[in-house]
Amino acid sequence: MRGTIAALLAKDMALELRTKESVPAMVLFSITTYVIFHFGLDRNAVSGDLASGVLWVTLLFAAILGINRLFVAEHEQGGFDGFLLAPVDRTALFVAKALGLFAFLCIVEVVAVPAFAVLLLGPSPAQALPGLLLVLVLANAGVAVTGTLVAALAIQTRARDLIGPLLALPLLVPVVLASARATTPLLQQGGAQALPGDWLAVLALYDLVFALIAYAVFDFLLED
Amino acid sequence: MTSAVALVFFYAPTDADQGIIQKIFYIHVPMAIVALCGFIAGGVFAVLHLRSGERRWDLRSYVTIHLSVVLAVGVLLTGSIWARASWGHWWVWDEPMLVVFLIIFLLYVTYWPLRFSIEDPERQSRYASVFAIMAGAFVPLCFGAVRMAQNLTHPQAGTMTTSGPASVTLTFLVSLAGVALLYTTLCTYELASKNATSKLRSLRRRLAGDDDFAAPARSAAPQLP
Repeated sequence: MRGTIAALLAKDMALELRTKESVPAMVLFSITTYVIFHFGLDRNAVSGDLASGVLWVTLLFAAILGINRLFVAEHEQGGFDGFLLAPVDRTALFVAKALGLFAFLCIVEVVAVPAFAVLLLGPSPAQALPGLLLVLVLANAGVAVTGTLVAALAIQTRARDLIGPLLALPLLVPVVLASARATTPLLQQGGAQALPGDWLAVLALYDLVFALIAYAVFDFLLED
Repeated sequence: MTSAVALVFFYAPTDADQGIIQKIFYIHVPMAIVALCGFIAGGVFAVLHLRSGERRWDLRSYVTIHLSVVLAVGVLLTGSIWARASWGHWWVWDEPMLVVFLIIFLLYVTYWPLRFSIEDPERQSRYASVFAIMAGAFVPLCFGAVRMAQNLTHPQAGTMTTSGPASVTLTFLVSLAGVALLYTTLCTYELASKNATSKLRSLRRRLAGDDDFAAPARSAAPQLP
């Protein structure tokens, strides 16, 4: 199983490095969204809960782009059939794709969060950084798990680009909610406050529950 | 159900500070409870469908989710009416109960586009079951998360029944039973109707011969063979 996951993950990473399809688009989209927020909110700097909200909404919509593209290569070029023919555990595909999406989100955030700090964030994020990283990791895990499941569900439908976001956005509301509540004290104008532990617990619980559900049901999505 | 409605209007005392509008609660809250239980039941039926592969579980899952969404629309409408009458606004973002219910409602409304966009009936049933399981597990999780986010000022049904006089509790329980029975009756009717339609279609096909018979149009409802 581990070998399968490693092989699939290596394949996805190689594909992304060669075609540069998803990640640059997600990064550009994040930066453009910051600009739009600047004009939409009519502000030069945001802090506290507004900053939190802007950051998480932007990351959420960038993630939706990644989710839409996740299984497209498999679907268009017979990757599903090839995978089903191989004598491996089908859940390996889910784990590999979720890890891949997690990695993409981390890469996007490496650029998008500093961009946010430069463009829109009022207070300096230096103090907030460790807490912010923890929240980002937990939130990315939640988005990766739910996103992969929704992507697998949506890829076989006819209106896949529409169904994907339609399913993913309500399911990701707890992630956005918990992450925004967790980062609000970190981005306060007066300097970072303590990281609220209960919201981190909510994120961790969400990750756990959806990982278990996804593990249980993913096999059924790949049957022919 | 009729007895529940009768009890609501004639037996339960008028609530002191809210007047006649408070009676809408006897419809609103039971509908909400039954709708949420229906969503979770839909998830359970979906699990049974995936485990056994039998179509009838998928049909039951579909019907329960369908009727729960219908009830959810009723909940949102009656809730808005009550909110307008007692709080002055049609919709309030501060209330966790409203927000959770709206999110869950939006999630389940996507069940139909999802089903409709998959043409192969067996795959449609399978994917819909996966969705029902995910969404069914999501319901308590979302409740927990949003409730944590805000202070609770939405009137809790528990406090209403324990603090009010006994007639309030009785009326509420009768309403709850009434709505639950209404729901199960509608479920049974819809299941029977779908079973009858599919039997009719198979008889017609046998009568007309396979060539003359047009395939049924694309639909979101599960087709029974």
